[in-house]
Amino acid sequence: MEKTYIYDAVRTPRGKGKKGGSLYGSRPIHLAKTVLEALVKRNDIDSSAIEDVILGCVSQVSEQGGCIAKSAALYAGFHESVPGVTLNRFCGSGLEAVNQAACRIGCGQHQLLVAGGVEGMSRVPMGSDGGPWMIDPDVATSTNFVPQGISADLIATLCGHSRVDVDQFALESQQKAANAAKENYFKKSIIPVLDCNGLTLLDHDETIRGDASMDKLSGLNPAFETLGTKYGFDSLAIQKYPKLEKINHVHHAGNSSGIVDGAAAVLLGTAEAGSELGMKARGSIKSMGLVSTDPTIMLTGPGPASKLALSRAGLAVSDIDLFEVNEAFASVVLNFIDELKVDRSKVNINGGAIAMGHPLGATGAILLATALDELERRDLTFGLITLCIGGGMGIATIIEREA
Amino acid sequence: MLNINRDNDAIFTLTIDQKDRPLNVINENFLTTLESMVEEIIKDQDAKGLILTSSRPEFIVGADLAFVTKIDDPAECMRLTAKLHSILRSFETWGKPVVAAINGTALGGGFEVCLACHHRIAIDHPKTKIGLPEVQLGLLPGGGGTQRLPRMLGIEKALPLLLQGRTLNPQKALAAGLIDQLANDRAELIEKSRDYILQNPEASRPWDKKGFRLPGGAVQSPKGYQVIPAATAMLNAKTYGNYPAPLNILKAVYEGCQVDFDTALDIESRYFTQLVLSKESELMIRSLFYGMNECNKLEGRPELPKVPVQKVGILGAGMMGAGIAYSSAKAGIEVVLKDLSLEIAEKGRDYSKVVMEKLIKKGRSTQEELDSILSRITATTDAADLAGCDLVIEAVIEDRQIKAVVTEEAEAVIDEKSIFASNTSTLPITGLAGASSRPQNFIGLHFFSPVDKMPLVEIIMGEKTSQEALAHCLDYCQAIGKTPIVVNDGRGFYTSRVFTTYINEGINCLSEGIPPALIENAGKASGMPVGPLAVADEVSIDLMYHILKQTAEDLGKENVDEITYSTTDLFVNKLGRLGRKSGKGFYEYPESGEKYLSPELSQYFPIGDIPPTLEELKKRFLSIQSLESLRCLEEGILNSPRDGDIGSILGWGYPAYTGGALSYIDYRGPANFLEDCQHFQKKYGERFNPNKLLKNLAKSSESLYQKD
Repeated sequence: MEKTYIYDAVRTPRGKGKKGGSLYGSRPIHLAKTVLEALVKRNDIDSSAIEDVILGCVSQVSEQGGCIAKSAALYAGFHESVPGVTLNRFCGSGLEAVNQAACRIGCGQHQLLVAGGVEGMSRVPMGSDGGPWMIDPDVATSTNFVPQGISADLIATLCGHSRVDVDQFALESQQKAANAAKENYFKKSIIPVLDCNGLTLLDHDETIRGDASMDKLSGLNPAFETLGTKYGFDSLAIQKYPKLEKINHVHHAGNSSGIVDGAAAVLLGTAEAGSELGMKARGSIKSMGLVSTDPTIMLTGPGPASKLALSRAGLAVSDIDLFEVNEAFASVVLNFIDELKVDRSKVNINGGAIAMGHPLGATGAILLATALDELERRDLTFGLITLCIGGGMGIATIIEREA
Repeated sequence: MLNINRDNDAIFTLTIDQKDRPLNVINENFLTTLESMVEEIIKDQDAKGLILTSSRPEFIVGADLAFVTKIDDPAECMRLTAKLHSILRSFETWGKPVVAAINGTALGGGFEVCLACHHRIAIDHPKTKIGLPEVQLGLLPGGGGTQRLPRMLGIEKALPLLLQGRTLNPQKALAAGLIDQLANDRAELIEKSRDYILQNPEASRPWDKKGFRLPGGAVQSPKGYQVIPAATAMLNAKTYGNYPAPLNILKAVYEGCQVDFDTALDIESRYFTQLVLSKESELMIRSLFYGMNECNKLEGRPELPKVPVQKVGILGAGMMGAGIAYSSAKAGIEVVLKDLSLEIAEKGRDYSKVVMEKLIKKGRSTQEELDSILSRITATTDAADLAGCDLVIEAVIEDRQIKAVVTEEAEAVIDEKSIFASNTSTLPITGLAGASSRPQNFIGLHFFSPVDKMPLVEIIMGEKTSQEALAHCLDYCQAIGKTPIVVNDGRGFYTSRVFTTYINEGINCLSEGIPPALIENAGKASGMPVGPLAVADEVSIDLMYHILKQTAEDLGKENVDEITYSTTDLFVNKLGRLGRKSGKGFYEYPESGEKYLSPELSQYFPIGDIPPTLEELKKRFLSIQSLESLRCLEEGILNSPRDGDIGSILGWGYPAYTGGALSYIDYRGPANFLEDCQHFQKKYGERFNPNKLLKNLAKSSESLYQKD
């Protein structure tokens, strides 16, 4: 089995994912082009050495449709010999792209691949690709579909996370992100998004709120209460978890992941590819885990996925120096910390999606870049990246820094 | 059956008149005739158009259910629906105008015929009903209703009509877009129909034209994603997956509205066929249609002359007395409402005012009707005012002595042929009749609360109650629009006796350490309206305790449920938790906000280790009620499974998808049900001991209902 090395990882800053956001005027393919170009340029390689571009993208319609990975590779000026493939594993897509690349390199069929993701949520809104799970009455019924927000509140109810608990976590995410941004900890990965004249559209994560406070957070209305009580979704969650009398709705815009625009790309390859192209590896892929759990609670996948990755790597929880657990909702991360008995000070040390947003298809690759940067900055060894995923899935990747 | 007429303008009229049927219905015979007549009309090159109407008071009331229930082969069902669709499509795509001249009630398949016409005009009569109520009998509109309605109104507006099966009067149907025009009478109806035809020589439906778009937004559109997932969730939250019909309606709308019209009809037919062959529709039709009709038509009434109830006396003007007074006065019966205090008697009369004022506000009644209802109710404290009552109903508190006093008091005044009825819910009638000098005229009339909303009356025959008294009370029930069942005397009669087993089972679950929320959720998931502990709080725990205490004293402790007795004793005598009325029971009732299960329960009922599954609990709750009902049948408390089924559905909300507490045995299958009971007997004790009747049913795999 070939070892897969991480040669580089870059990302765009994350822009507020709605009208008025700094990247709202930028097409998703422009974001993808930005990271692909940067990867080639700053590593000074010939794009024809790249054997495939694997991009995660969740809402693959309109300007994100038609295999955006191939369009983006061409648009970024990659040689015509470079293929492209777009994949959708919901929120895990960006990390899934990395893992698939690692597997293809690991089994000896490829030497150099780009993996990453893109999601312009301001322009192609979440859910705009539809899907039977949600809308088909027969499918939704037989699989007990509830929206993610209800699942997050279900986790909080089952685990006893109070509103204060989740708000406190959200506040910490904002404070850690604000500090990291101020200290320029994200500098290494962030590629500013420029306009056609080379003027900067955005060079920093746009949604961080350094002035967040418990007072402000506690004033926000629960986002999923109406959905739960008026549209019946609470009842469906309770039908699956009948020991509960009611769902405690604790999540809101302030303690859930933000809707943003962004893209990321990771350059992965064999040792030979690196030496041929004169690149020094920054890290390697140690192991990965992919699971699926109950689709109604939906967001508890990170625990079992991480355990699987740990066992495949022969590592214990305590061996991991840094955890990047996607902050889809505060309760997801709190539940992960409880389940794996993780030292909270190792988790999302520079904040997460609650502060900086979750561009669905790209986030997994962004988190990998963040973990790699921070392992280098702190001179640590192992990082674990994990995300909860729609449908009950969970994905995890353990990376090891190359000293 | 169908009369065809061609007038001088070459406008055809098809007039439906099924001479061999009490009401116009759709069956295969009708379809065949319609098919050939439509063919003939279409052949006429000069024809200008077609009017469909009926010479009866009704248009068509729906499909012939005897015809529907006989279908047992899916291919046959597909063939029949295809035949219906092809006839409707033949005139819908004819190119010339077809008008439904809706002279009276048009329901189900009858209204689907109208939906296939190019224009719908109805006579504006408030009693005329229009709509697609199929879902209420476990079916879906299989004549294109699930496809034409959303294409006419949009999915969002069509779904509630299809999923709830509400019927509308012509004015409301017009407002909802189900019909296009109103007419004042038959002459105007035909005139307007002719006008339409003459003014619209070419006619086609929007969905048969190029570029048709679903009004309100396509299925795969942001609007669709807003409406359909919410509709599915709200439906499943309500049905707990127990009712296949509304879900099949949703599926048919979702799938059908994404394809062309003829493919859509095919999709609808497949989901319709599935429902026709489902046990739910079979059992719902048997109970909710046939059973209910039989009860309402007083089938089994002694063959005695009808006695119109003209004046009814009601003793006790509390909740029940006031409700009975309202229902009686509303039906045009003179009411004497007597109580010990004039103030209470008058307050009881004013209850009618409160109910009527709400109806007036909703536009469902008038001040004149309110005035005339109130004028029929005399509030009094004087027993002498009962003179001339042909029926007296006592609704005083459940105390034998007080009941005896009012019985004697009334009998002293009323005619010796007059009937005296007790509205007791638990005390045996034969015992109460002991206070009567005319026990043959003494009977039980058990109303349910709130009387103006609850449709059931449980008539209880005492040992000496005469057939005349029964006939009299049946006529009275019919007059006031209630559905009667007739049962024989015994503790708790039928409804209270069986209903109690649900509460007892819930309390037993609690004592076994099952989490209270799981108990309540399982109750609701089984299809019961509320969980057993919530019911206990509503009934009030002290009332349950007093009944149990009385029963234990009368029959011995072994004849009451031990756990329920000790639990209610604890709640009443040590904890002062009497239920909702005391602000605390199994639930807490905060002054503001919703009730919630009391956290204190875990002090008295520590949570056990491994809770049973939801499925096991659901089965347990339905089984105990069903088995107790079967015992009532075996012991002769019930005279027929029909009365047991109707009583259970209307009386205490036993889930309709099973067909009722006795039909549940058919729902499960007798052998499975026997196994369930034996399984529960081993686990929970002798209250699940299967009776002989059940063992016989299981052995012969027979239904309690005779197959014809």
